[in-house]
Amino acid sequence: MLKKNPFKTFLGEIPQNLFSGFVVSLIALPLGLGLALASGAPPISGIIAAIVGGIVVSLLGGSKVTITGPGNGLVVVILSAITILGEGNAYQGYLFTLAAIVISGILLIILGFLRMGALGDFFPSSAIQGMLAAIGIGIFAKQIHVMFGNLNAKGSIIELLIQIPEGIIHFVSTSEKSAFYAGLIGIISLLIMVFYSKIRNRYFQLIPAPMWIVVLSVGLYYYFELFTTAAYPIDTSLLIDLPNDVFGSFAFPDFGKIYELEFIGAVISITLIASIESLLSIKAVDKLDPLKRRSNINKDIRALGLATVISGFLGGLNVVTVIARSSVNVNNKGSNRSANFFHALFLVAFILLFATELRKIPLAALAAILVFTGYKLAAPENIKKVFKIGSEQLLIFIATLLVTISTSLILGILVGIIITFVIHVIINKNGVLFFKNILKPNVLMFTEEGKYYVSVKNFSSFLNYTKLKSKLDQIPETKEAIVDFSLCDFVDHSVMENMNNYSETFERKGGHFEVIGLDDAKPGSAHPFALRKILPKQMSPKEGVLTKRQKYIQKISEEMQYSYDAFSDLKIEELPSFGYFKTRKLDKISNVLTKNDCTIFDVQFSEGEMIAKQVIKATMFHIQTQNKLPKFTLDKEGVFEYLLHFAGYKDIEINAHPDFNKRFYLSGKNEEKIRAFFTDELILFLESNKQYHIEATNTGLLILSKERLASVNEIKALAYFGAGLQKIIEKC
Amino acid sequence: MQKIHKILIGIAFSPNLKPNLFEAIRIANMFNAELIGVHVGEKTAQKEADLNQVISEADRLHVPLKTIWQQGKPVAVILKTAAVENVDLLILGALQKENLLKYYVGSIARKITRKVGCSILLLIKPSIERQACKHIVVNGLKDKNTAETIRTSVLFCTHLLCKKMTIVEEISQSELQVQVDDDKSLRRATIAKERLKNREDQRINTILKGIPCDHITIKTQSIFGRRGYSIGHYAKVKRADLLIMNAPRKLGLLDRIFPHDIEYILSELPTDVLIVK
Repeated sequence: MLKKNPFKTFLGEIPQNLFSGFVVSLIALPLGLGLALASGAPPISGIIAAIVGGIVVSLLGGSKVTITGPGNGLVVVILSAITILGEGNAYQGYLFTLAAIVISGILLIILGFLRMGALGDFFPSSAIQGMLAAIGIGIFAKQIHVMFGNLNAKGSIIELLIQIPEGIIHFVSTSEKSAFYAGLIGIISLLIMVFYSKIRNRYFQLIPAPMWIVVLSVGLYYYFELFTTAAYPIDTSLLIDLPNDVFGSFAFPDFGKIYELEFIGAVISITLIASIESLLSIKAVDKLDPLKRRSNINKDIRALGLATVISGFLGGLNVVTVIARSSVNVNNKGSNRSANFFHALFLVAFILLFATELRKIPLAALAAILVFTGYKLAAPENIKKVFKIGSEQLLIFIATLLVTISTSLILGILVGIIITFVIHVIINKNGVLFFKNILKPNVLMFTEEGKYYVSVKNFSSFLNYTKLKSKLDQIPETKEAIVDFSLCDFVDHSVMENMNNYSETFERKGGHFEVIGLDDAKPGSAHPFALRKILPKQMSPKEGVLTKRQKYIQKISEEMQYSYDAFSDLKIEELPSFGYFKTRKLDKISNVLTKNDCTIFDVQFSEGEMIAKQVIKATMFHIQTQNKLPKFTLDKEGVFEYLLHFAGYKDIEINAHPDFNKRFYLSGKNEEKIRAFFTDELILFLESNKQYHIEATNTGLLILSKERLASVNEIKALAYFGAGLQKIIEKC
Repeated sequence: MQKIHKILIGIAFSPNLKPNLFEAIRIANMFNAELIGVHVGEKTAQKEADLNQVISEADRLHVPLKTIWQQGKPVAVILKTAAVENVDLLILGALQKENLLKYYVGSIARKITRKVGCSILLLIKPSIERQACKHIVVNGLKDKNTAETIRTSVLFCTHLLCKKMTIVEEISQSELQVQVDDDKSLRRATIAKERLKNREDQRINTILKGIPCDHITIKTQSIFGRRGYSIGHYAKVKRADLLIMNAPRKLGLLDRIFPHDIEYILSELPTDVLIVK
């Protein structure tokens, strides 16, 4: 492999990172304002956190494509800290909370140096899930009232939830014009959030959903201002409040309560959530990184801690790694930390240039964004997923959730840990196993003929997972690893989930990770054993009733002489190597049609991770070619591509085919070979047919038209096009 | 090179008497050594008859059995006998945990293990039928006793007709001096490990040079992990038939509270263990 000058690569990638940082800042702006408002802090504090985070972590952090700023998880903790510490005075509470943020930043730095930054590894995963869901419910309960234009809803999370129907009735029957319009904007904003991912139009998707909301609501204001005589119906109390001199008046933390118990509690919960949220995000983003790099988590935690300290001193919220913005960064081809840096710079520019416009955003619009985020955190699918793993996991999940929303976060996670442990003891009918072995080194790793063999003894659960993790982290992911649990009496769900993650990472990086020794459950035990079950590879129904579409496909498959398998467990080895799937995670393949070297299939994949995750299904055509192809991507030329030109991408021009050059956007590394490959016949064929998105690796072609499932007729057309293309290519 | 002339076995009239004796007799014959049985307790006609009954069923000893009957505290008696008779090897049986396939050394045997001056063989599953010994795992710690231990191991291998021996070099994680954080440090750590492994292999090979051992397949295996514990784990994973360890230097009270090295192994025997002194 050719070694490139890293500085040159960095310079070369600046345009794409600049672009990505720009797109991310479009989301970060409304989210930062919204998260701060939801936390009960001045809106600007969220932006300060994003700016400080972007600058500090991009300079000192250990991860590559993450974006940092104010996080969802903190909304609930900060809100309760401000309420409790302020004792009725919200602004004073905010100043005390800033002090708590500063201290929690210092704690994070210390944890980072002690290499314990990954606090999340010490907790059972169902308890963490429950806690996140509780946070989601907390955000949802509070913000849904704001979304309906009601700023005055007060009470605990449960009380707020009970008030929701009342709030809806109030909204519908209200005579107050201002609140009604604000609520209307809120609902429209929510609809934009919900349906944004369904509309797969590239121009529409160029601007992220939260920014659409901002643009539309600011647009509405100017519509009233310029084109109608009527006054803007929404009262200023329902609009965002930004200080006049945005960067001139920083709030300074008040350390007056530093020795009080409530203050210490706030510091602990802020630190806990900051660490857990960051860790989950960093791990998830690593899975999306197209260059498959491994983040230095402890270094990142240290940088986040420092950013939090600085942000706290400037009156900002604390800084964590955020998943939604990071996913957007990856999707927009952010490739190094400079994207995070640019996102911060764009934020500064926005605040300085558009402060007046930003003041026109109704709070309800921002609340809608948060309602959607809160819903995603606590979505019923998550509960279903937990339940699938085992009913005992659901118990842990629900208990943690209920305790968290009814008392506090620290108590919630503690209860989660205790319940998990008690369940483990009950399942094993043996507490001695845990007490006797918890401190023993239970993991053995050695290499044998180039393979890494890891044997785990006694038991493996969240209690001693870090021991296993520290060994597994020493294995290069390009190698082969075998983890043997046969000497283990018990393996819990947290460990199994992590094993699954390792297995995915190894597969991504070209290695192999296998878990063995779990095949035989003890006879006579009726355990619901998700805890030591085998890794779920593909969860697809093996048999089932065919849907209408499937029946049609079956019919046309006979016409076209393709063989059809609705519930195929086919695996196209080559698929992940296509550029298209570099930032998208393959879930499963179904409805497979095959003939010769051609395969038409429905593929389910996901973009983003965790709350930013979008599951997408699409129909694609894959050809295994006999001849070696140059790698290229061919697409319809459009505005989008002009933007890419602007960002430094190149369109390969084919001589003597101006029409082709105008209509198609062709890119790839080896220009010479690609030019030679695109013969006149091939170009004529492409020009005279419907334009598809075509990608080639050395040994295969991938064709897709739209990022959705194709209808039966579209499948036919795709098959016809593919067959024609195959014929021409085999001739080349 | 160490020679084994005299083997001592404690005789207790328990259900395990027969397998224990059978195993001891077999080992004595393999080494052509003298077997001494010591019983702590009264000598009665009944006990003597029982003992003779068992011996008559076993293989014939090359050198006749010498029995000692003595009253007193078990630990003191056995330690004294071992010293007076100048034995080379003491055989002790391990106990099995109830319902579990785990073995440990009982409190009496453990006391003896700590204090006795000769080598000790701890048997976890003595059997009446001979179970061939196929694989011996030996520690290759960086210690001045290791050379002696390896020499003894080769001797055992030869006499027990074992063909395969693995010398395990336990390298503690702290010696690596590289923490894995990201791709770069991972690469550094992998290289550092390779280097340590080569260094250890070389050390063992220097020791092996002076020992005639062409008839045995000897492998080396380096493991990064906690000393004493990982070798036991390894022996278990590899289903070794005998694990040979250096005798510990000196065990204080702290060592029992914070178990390490040999204590790990004594609390959970992975297989038959020979401690070389």
